[in-house]
Amino acid sequence: MRHAFVAAVVLLASLAALPSRAGVLPDDRGDVLYHRYQGGGVTIDGPSLLVRKKFAEKYSVSASYYVDMVSSASIDVVTTASPYREQRDQAGLSLDVLDDKTQYTVSVVSSEESDYSARTASFDVSQDLFGDLTTVSFGFSRGWDEVRKNGDPQFDEPVDRRSYRFGLSQIVTPTLMLGLAYETITDEGFLNNPYRSVRYLEPDAASGFAFQPEVYPRTRTSNAAALNARYFLPYRAALVGEYRGFTDTWGITAHTLRAGYTHPLGQRWVLEGGYRWYQQSAADFYADLFPRADYQNFMARDKELSSFTSQMLSVGATFELPAFADRFLQRSTVSVFYDRMRFSYDDFRDITAGGAPGSEPLYGFDADVVRVLFSGWF
Amino acid sequence: MVVRTRLAIAACALLGAAGCSGVEPWVKPYERQNFADPIMAADRNPVAASYLNHVFEAREGARGALGAHGGGCGCN
Repeated sequence: MRHAFVAAVVLLASLAALPSRAGVLPDDRGDVLYHRYQGGGVTIDGPSLLVRKKFAEKYSVSASYYVDMVSSASIDVVTTASPYREQRDQAGLSLDVLDDKTQYTVSVVSSEESDYSARTASFDVSQDLFGDLTTVSFGFSRGWDEVRKNGDPQFDEPVDRRSYRFGLSQIVTPTLMLGLAYETITDEGFLNNPYRSVRYLEPDAASGFAFQPEVYPRTRTSNAAALNARYFLPYRAALVGEYRGFTDTWGITAHTLRAGYTHPLGQRWVLEGGYRWYQQSAADFYADLFPRADYQNFMARDKELSSFTSQMLSVGATFELPAFADRFLQRSTVSVFYDRMRFSYDDFRDITAGGAPGSEPLYGFDADVVRVLFSGWF
Repeated sequence: MVVRTRLAIAACALLGAAGCSGVEPWVKPYERQNFADPIMAADRNPVAASYLNHVFEAREGARGALGAHGGGCGCN
């Protein structure tokens, strides 16, 4: 079981956030990450691997592998289905080609789970301009997904996805860099979760409500724009601030603010901390409780489409390991990151708490995210 | 005046105007050592950062303008 409409996941991390420098290929590097998310009755953990190697100072290839092991008894699951376990495996390949100040990247990602397959191909170009003070980038992705339903072998629906991106990074002063990113994503196909239901008032039911399957539009287009600033402090520390605005054709508007601070300590330690705030409005066809069955053409009760606020506090530490295996490794680090998230829903009620329909307490939960990372440069 | 010049350069960059390629960089290469410091890198730990972006995309309605791209979910 999964929710199918979430468009893009993130793994080919070598195609990193806002563009930084086009004229330099990334370092030869291997990363091994253990990740764990726990909150709202859901535990997801697993490994993630990335290896990157340069050839002939002009090419760089990377391979990635990622696993999500999911154990879910989320509020959606306990109210309308049964707890479940499943695994998602994702693998990616990427090739960078550097031609003077222009970098081309081609990548493919494949993701597989019992009831969902996703294939994505991407092409990105970035170019340094104006004495390398400015980097512009463009990118396009195409995704072909297949939605299935466990227990119903006849159910097989496609989703076609496209993403168009633009990025700009600009060195403004010797201590300040600004970044701009813009992305349009379009989806077409079966975009809802084949398992999830909406709730409607049903006077004949003992609880006063009943469920029917969700129905979503078959298209969605979204636009997101992010602006960030990175500032180098005089005593060697870094400050970052970011804002992202988001709108889509389903009526969701979202704002994200993020602030972070990175502080080296001695020769071996780097400490960091951050705060992130996120708020969104609900989709036009979302309701916690519809007045009756088949109330409108499109109906959703996915809490990710409701209006809510989430906040996140982050801390992290990186330690530069003493030299070992120096025939293979130039240097290596171990990092530990911990994030505490809080989700507070404005219009999604906890129906497990009981009460008259529509007057149950509002739902909310906390989640803990732990990441342990080993990185080696070779 | 300096600000206006920088704005003009940024505008040219946005438009991809080839005619601006002769602009003199106002931050010289020897003044950019701060940006070579790993603590200023936007992608210092790309695997760890992209995992967190995956968490956001799975739990929130908004998407895009975050970074890399792939397929699948593993959410709910």
